Formats: sequence, structure tokens, C-alpha cells
Amino acid sequence: MRPAPASRALILGARSVIAQSLAHQFAAKGVALVLAARQSEQLTPVAADLRLRYGVDVDLLEFDALDLDSHASLADRVRQEAGPWELVICVVGCLPDQQLARQDGNIAEQVLATNFTAVAVCLGHLANDLEARREGGMICLTSVAGDRGRQSNYIYGAAKGGLNLFLQGLRNRLAPAGVHVLTVKPGFVDTPMTQGLEGLFLVASPEKVARDVLVAWRKGRDVLYTPWFWRWILAIIRLIPESIFKRLSL
Amino acid sequence: MEEDEPANGNEDESVEGGHHGARKASHLIGGRTERESDEAQKEENCLGIHRLAPLGWRTQIYGCHPDRSTACAARRQPAVDLSFHDLQSIGGNEFYLSPRVVADSMTSIRIKPRPTCGWGRYPVVTSVVQRARWLDDLRLSLDRQVTLAQGRLRSYGDAGLAPSVVSTLELDRFLHFEPGTGVLEVEAGITLDQILRFVVPRGWFLPVTPGTKHPTIGGCVAADVHGKNHHVDGSLVSHVETLTIVTAEGDTIRCDRSEYADLFWSCFGGMGLTGFVYSVRMQLLAIASDRIEVVTRRTRDLEETCDILQSTQTQHRYSVAWLDILHRRRRGRGLVMLGDHTQGTSMNAHGPRTIRFPALGPRLFARPVLQAGNAAYYRRQLRRMRHSKVHYDPYFYPLDGLRDWNRAYGRPGFLQYQFVVPFAGGLDCMRAFLDRICHTTTCTLAVLKTFGDGQTGPLGFPQPGWTLALDFCQTPKSIRALQDATSLITDAGGRLYLAKDAIMRAEHFADMYPRAQEFLAIKRRYDPGNRLRSALSDRLGIT
Repeated sequence: MRPAPASRALILGARSVIAQSLAHQFAAKGVALVLAARQSEQLTPVAADLRLRYGVDVDLLEFDALDLDSHASLADRVRQEAGPWELVICVVGCLPDQQLARQDGNIAEQVLATNFTAVAVCLGHLANDLEARREGGMICLTSVAGDRGRQSNYIYGAAKGGLNLFLQGLRNRLAPAGVHVLTVKPGFVDTPMTQGLEGLFLVASPEKVARDVLVAWRKGRDVLYTPWFWRWILAIIRLIPESIFKRLSL
Repeated sequence: MEEDEPANGNEDESVEGGHHGARKASHLIGGRTERESDEAQKEENCLGIHRLAPLGWRTQIYGCHPDRSTACAARRQPAVDLSFHDLQSIGGNEFYLSPRVVADSMTSIRIKPRPTCGWGRYPVVTSVVQRARWLDDLRLSLDRQVTLAQGRLRSYGDAGLAPSVVSTLELDRFLHFEPGTGVLEVEAGITLDQILRFVVPRGWFLPVTPGTKHPTIGGCVAADVHGKNHHVDGSLVSHVETLTIVTAEGDTIRCDRSEYADLFWSCFGGMGLTGFVYSVRMQLLAIASDRIEVVTRRTRDLEETCDILQSTQTQHRYSVAWLDILHRRRRGRGLVMLGDHTQGTSMNAHGPRTIRFPALGPRLFARPVLQAGNAAYYRRQLRRMRHSKVHYDPYFYPLDGLRDWNRAYGRPGFLQYQFVVPFAGGLDCMRAFLDRICHTTTCTLAVLKTFGDGQTGPLGFPQPGWTLALDFCQTPKSIRALQDATSLITDAGGRLYLAKDAIMRAEHFADMYPRAQEFLAIKRRYDPGNRLRSALSDRLGIT
């Protein structure tokens, strides 16, 4: 089933590079945007740029993913400040150094809270809103790191893996209401998040990821690996028996 | 650039253990002895890396991979630079990150120095490149020992190179556009290519454009670029209304012809040494279609080429001449291409580039090949005069059709040498110059234009006269020959274009730019600590 075209999309975590590439893709299709992020006033030039290039409405919204109490009113806040909306694009996430997260509980907590708890709570509230209206959809970025726990990245991976499960459930729940949920699992993308990391390979550009997301969304896909080859790389990694996998250094 | 191997790989990173690293890194906190800092200084110099801000151990461990910090601490070479807004001090020089900014710490930048070079691929400077995404990043980068803003590196020589730079390529947004009047404000990292795609379908065109559409507008401001229409429209400075500059002191200043006028003028031609350009507001040129009406005239020798260029100045907005300077008897014969915007039915921006020069290989130019190529190009047109109507893309940007064409010169790269000499005596000077250098160098391309009376900043390049741009294969011999021949230019009252220069000597610079002292006075006003530097400013002594 192909989702109905949206008139306005809410982008959570809009300061990220991928979010901005997505904003360009959707704005080019005439979708109005609400850019939600911390320090949203920093996004003023981005909003001006999107308005000029594509002639769409762009609003800024102050949004802190970790402020869990604020999420209940988010759907209404968007409606009041911008107008009716149908699509949620969630790009909230952070990738700290695994070594640090291993040693410091604060960081581990931060990683889990940002990548899983905050996103799950927020999307939960928004899902209620969409389900009641029986329209719209959700796009949420997780990661290929969530497909199998690896020693180099398992805390981040656990949060993203949890989010994958959460989105699966959400998709199952919202399907009868006609609300489509797309899970996006990017590989390495050339953004500040990965800049300078060791052992990067097959790095994709944010524009490529955004193009893939738009195509997958319009085709009504459920899970997108981007670029495409990550689906097969992860398929192989998932097939390795645990007794062998535990001895590998991945 | 990606073909160059990194000069300083960190191959031995994982050799040392974590404890050792912690002990070593504690030196960075502040207890560094003099001997150590001397050593560190020496190492920095030889690596070409500027020391980044001294970091506490906690911040350092937060910002980078411990293995990396170990190796880097062992080499006393900082691996990280952090841009945290709220470091919480926990006493002494030690800092702790508040949990609030841990998410932001992911945007900390962990960068290896890499070789960078201009479009001419000569010289190469090992450089740490940080990326700016917001206006604030430009200011913050100053705390990280950045000395220059860098765009697409389309200047030919070392004007855009420094050991620690901030890249403006992600500052590529349109800020303001008035469809009725053609006033456009953009961020500095946007390329002319992107601007054209936006403004041409709306009936506007760049008021001044260089021979490639790939530089950023910030770079165009720094070089005060000129086009084929200088005799009519002047250089870029004549069309820019306002600049937003981040100075070396961290102030964000909006300057124009009345407010902070000294800063405004010095930025044009200032090669980025007066501040980081954040935004540019300019007046576009209205066009009736995307077509250019071109008159191409074939000339017999340099004298005729100059005659035609000069006599048609008032009739055409654009004029440029391609010269065959390898022809033995009639050196300087060529094709004069005169153009004007014209009526038409289409208003389309250019399409995507398709062909790419495949790889960096051996140098493809030898004199007989070039001579044959020049003759063929010259004879492409059999008639003395030809009229045609073409899209703006092939007229203004013929070389952009082949991506990465600088690879044709092989690893050593090439030199572009552009000078201007006054009309009076200019022809003789150009003849003498060509006579002198044609035997010792391999000149692959020669383009002649005229400059009129335009406004310029203190370091602006244009002055009324002939401007000749020449491409040479980069060899030690050609560098020497060009350096020696430069005195011909200075004697004739001419000057070299800094955006294309890689080889000029400091003493020539002082002769060519009489307003350099005025420029330096302004630079000192806005950059008292002389923080903004580039390979070019170090070479020419613009400090």
C-alpha cells in the first residue's frame, strides 16, 4: 500500500545533516515542514533556504528529545504553531565513543535515553495522535548497528535495536488505522557523527540516504537499508552462529 | 586531492596501552615542561599542524577514541578539537562535560591532517579541515587555531591553503531573495553553480562570473573575481551590497559601503585575511533568456587580437580572446569571442556535468601535441567572423564540461599565471614576456581580456589594461622562468592575480600592490593578533 502524500512533515532532530537532506527531498516534493530541534533558532538560515528554494512553508519548533514530559503536547503544539500535519520524520540520535560509554554510566545512560527512550516516548505520543486521525505516517532512522550486538558498538546498537523492535510493534499496531511506519537503517553516512571514526567503509552521502528514504516512503516500504548493500551485509552478519560470532572482533 | 597519500598516517596508534596514555595525556592538562613544549613545537612545525586548544584529560577522553588519544598524546599531537559550549570546570585545568552536551559532543570533530592543494595541484599543504555548519561554528573555530576559511579550493595556488582551516562548504543556504529586484543574499559556502541553478529559471544571472562555476561565493569575494565583462561591469565588488564577516576577534560584523567600509573594501581581494565571510548580499543581473549571442572573430596576430578587443569594448558586454601563443611566426593569433545576453524562448539553468577526467596519470602535454591542438582549434573556424547563439554554460564555462580536468597535468600539477598591464606599453610588455618564457616553458592555454575602470579594494587585482592568463605545466624550470620574467610585469606597472599565484616572490608583491600598507593597516585593526594567515600570506609577507 502506498501512503497518501503528506501536506506537512514534522522533522524531529532537525539540526542533523541527514535531517536537512531529508528536508530538501521532501520540500522539493512540496511538503511543508516543521523543523524541531534544540536551539531551533540556529535553524533560521535552513528554514529561509528551504522556503526560497522550494516555496514551501517552514516553521521552527523548540524541541528537546530528552524532555520526556513535553512530548504529550507535541502533536498539539505543532498544530497550533504551524498547522495540520501528517508525517513524522524522526532523526534523533547520538553516537558517542563506545569505550567511554563502557566506563561511564552517565554516558551509557545518555546514549540509551537519546536513542531509545526519548524516541520511543515521543513517537508513542505522536502515534496516538495519528491513530486517532487514521491518517499520516512515520519515518524513523535507526541503524544497521541495531541488527546484531557487536563489541565495538553494542550500547548504541542496543538502543537502535530496541527502537527497531518498537517500530515493528508500532507498524503492526498502526497498520489497521492506515498509518504507515518506515524504519530506515543507514550504514555509515558522511556526517559529523562519523567524522574521524576509525574503520569507516562504504560511506554514503547524506543526500543519497535522503533520496533513498523518499523513494522507499513513496513505495510504501517497511524497512529500508541504505545504501542497499547493507541489507545483504547484515544478512550475512546475522547468519553467523553466536558460538563463532562471540570470538570475532567486529 | 584524494589521490594524494596522507603525509602523516597514524599507523602506530594502537601500540600503547591506556594507562600509559592517561599518564602522557596528563601533560596536556597544563603541567607541561618547557622542554616538552619546545619538542612539541618542533614536531608541530615539521608536521605542519597547529596545536589545538589545550584540553583537559576528561574532555580529551570524551572527544576521541582512547587509542587515538594515546598515540597522539605520545606524539604530543592533539587528535581532537572540541567545540563545547558548556564545559564544566572541575578544578584546575580539568573539565567535565555536562550531560546536557554529551549529545553535542558527537559533533566534536576528530580529524586527521590531510594533504590539500588548490586547483593547480601545486603546492600541497598538510591541513586539518574542520567543517562549519552554522554561523557560530566560524566563531568557535577561531578557538581551535583555525587561521583561514576554505571553500572549494578553486584558486589555483596556495591562497586557500593553511595548516588549519575551516571549510564553509556546508554553509550553502540561500538567505534572502527578492524576485522583483534581483537582490540575493546567500551564505558563503554556496557555489556559483548552485546560485545559477536557482536564479536563472527566475530570470536573473550572476553580475560577474569567473571562467568556472565551481568556486564558492565566499571565495569569489576573497579574490574579488572578475569576468569577461570587467570593462562594462567591473569586478564582483561593484555588485555586492553587504557582507557579513566573522573577524579574527570573533565579532560578527555586517559591513557595506558606509558601515565598516574599510572592512568591506579590504575583504574584496583580501584573500580571506581580514575575516571569514559568512554571507554575501548582491544585486543580480536581469536576463531575457539563457542564451548568449556570440560573435567569434579570427585574428592573424597579437596586434590584431588586441585591436579587436579594444575597439569592440563599447559594443559588447562580454569579450575574451583565446590565443595561440605556440605558433612560431604569428604568436598571439587567436579567436576573439564577443558575447551578449539575448532574447530567446528558454530560461533553463545548465544541466549536470557528465564527463569526468578518469584518473591522475602522466602529464599529457608535449609541445608538438599542443601546437597541433592549438592549430586545430584555431582552424575550427574558417571564416573571419561567425555569429552564433549558445547557452550560457558553454560560453562562460567551457572547461567545466570536463570534470577534474586538472588531472591531465599529472601529479606535479600546473601553474596559472595571470597578470594585468596598463594599455600604454602593455602590448610590448606582453610580447617581451611571451618571447622570454615561450622557450623554457610549456604553455598550454592563453586567454586575453581587457579591464576597464572598476572599483577595487586595497588588494584588488583589476586595473585598466590587458590581462593575460597563461597555464603552464608545473616544473622547477617553468617556476624559475616565470619568477624571473615577473620583473617585466612590475616594470610595466602591472601586477599578478593572487588567486592564481603560487610562485611570486615577496619583493615583487610589494612593487605590484602599492596599497598593501593600507590593507595591512585595516587587517591589523580587525585582526590585531594576526591570527588569519594562509600559505599565500606567509609566502608574500602579508602579515
